[in-house]
Amino acid sequence: MTSPERLRAALRETPREEWVDAALTAASERPETIGRSFTQAGRRAGRTSLPGEPGWTADEAVRALLLAALPADRAETEIGDLYRYGDADEKRAVLKALPMLAVGSAGLPLLQDAIRTNDARLLAAALGPYARHLDQAAWRQAVLKCVFTGVPLAEVFGLDERADRELAVMLAAFADERAAAGRPMPADAAALLGRLTCEES
Amino acid sequence: MRIFDPHIHMTSRTTDDYARMAAAGVRAVVEPAFWLGQPRTGPASFADYFDSLIGWEPYRAAQFGIVHHATIALNPKEANDPRCRPVLDLLPRYLDKDRVVAVGEIGYDSITPEEDDAFERQLALAVEYDLPALVHTPHRDKATGTRRTLEVVAASGIAPERVAVDHLNEVTVGTVRDSGCWMGFSIYPETKMSPPRMVEILKQYGPDRMLVNSAADWGVSDPLLTLETGKAMLAAGFTEDDVDRVLWRNPVEFYGQSGRLDLTGAAAGADEPTFAGSSIKRGGS
Repeated sequence: MTSPERLRAALRETPREEWVDAALTAASERPETIGRSFTQAGRRAGRTSLPGEPGWTADEAVRALLLAALPADRAETEIGDLYRYGDADEKRAVLKALPMLAVGSAGLPLLQDAIRTNDARLLAAALGPYARHLDQAAWRQAVLKCVFTGVPLAEVFGLDERADRELAVMLAAFADERAAAGRPMPADAAALLGRLTCEES
Repeated sequence: MRIFDPHIHMTSRTTDDYARMAAAGVRAVVEPAFWLGQPRTGPASFADYFDSLIGWEPYRAAQFGIVHHATIALNPKEANDPRCRPVLDLLPRYLDKDRVVAVGEIGYDSITPEEDDAFERQLALAVEYDLPALVHTPHRDKATGTRRTLEVVAASGIAPERVAVDHLNEVTVGTVRDSGCWMGFSIYPETKMSPPRMVEILKQYGPDRMLVNSAADWGVSDPLLTLETGKAMLAAGFTEDDVDRVLWRNPVEFYGQSGRLDLTGAAAGADEPTFAGSSIKRGGS
């Protein structure tokens, strides 16, 4: 799991550092400025992948750092608003940032919103470390939705630790449906089912 | 033939349309915010619509290798409903988004004082957010509406080359050309403009500042009439370069003025779905 310090270090390898510094200072001192800097992060800081932080792009890292820079008493409201009015990239950045923000479980409704969508990018971002706040039934359904919508299960944080017997039952039923339809079971789902049933026998 | 449809309401179209458009050479679209047939009754309904234009719809388009951008505005018809006026206060949030390349559709429907006010305020927002403007002209009383449109545009201070005046015909094209604004034409199966008439207009006025769109929506319309217009141009003796200019380079130039047009992925065509673009084609969930 990454941290604001690691994201900041990874961003030092990219241009536009002055804009990033100014925007972070502004977010902490004048939180009302975050609306525009959060939205413009991609245009201002670029969207390249960060070599120092695999799985993160420059705009996502800047957005996560902006959220982390908010004063504690404004964080929950601003984060909720930025997600509510965010485009898909902004929503994804909020979801990815949640585990490193001091908001406790207050971000759970955002996760649930993302899991309700049919956007695979949002679904994947919702199943990071912050998904520990999801109850087990919701988490199982979300994992199964990944299998349905083609999100690789490698995107699911802590999959093997949390996968349980009930998930194995659901995956087995899914495998039966696929077999009946003559359609293949995704390899990563079949492998997970194999691991879960292997443990039992 | 590569095609950029600068005005199409994909929210109202099916995945069959996306597949046919991709096969016909449509690689990029701009979807202007407009009305939905059924009048809306408040700003929350618009917020969800705007979210769709910058969230779900580009995601859907990408699965067919089509790049999707949007224009955002309170449309003139619903600007007349006092319950929808607060939408004007929502706009700043959306006008700053990466995939928003203009303020639109704005302009006149019934030419009321409420429409005057919404039009002027949104032209000012275009200047403030450094965006071009897409201006709808009324279907009734079009010539008067178009003249009045050009007066309001001139008074607003926005540069005419950053304004496209849409749904033009033989009667209104000349005054718009003289104003320095871009000229938009919506090619429809029965109404507005047809491919043969469009070819005659291009013969008379040339390809400068000309935008050809399907404006396909929830009514009788056809997203492939851009292609038909390109074919009609070739049959009438225009070169492939002329067609490419009208159907691709012109819309790129107009919306490119936003600084936000990102055509990455437009040349790739419809790839096999990956995890970043999957569930519709797979028929999942």
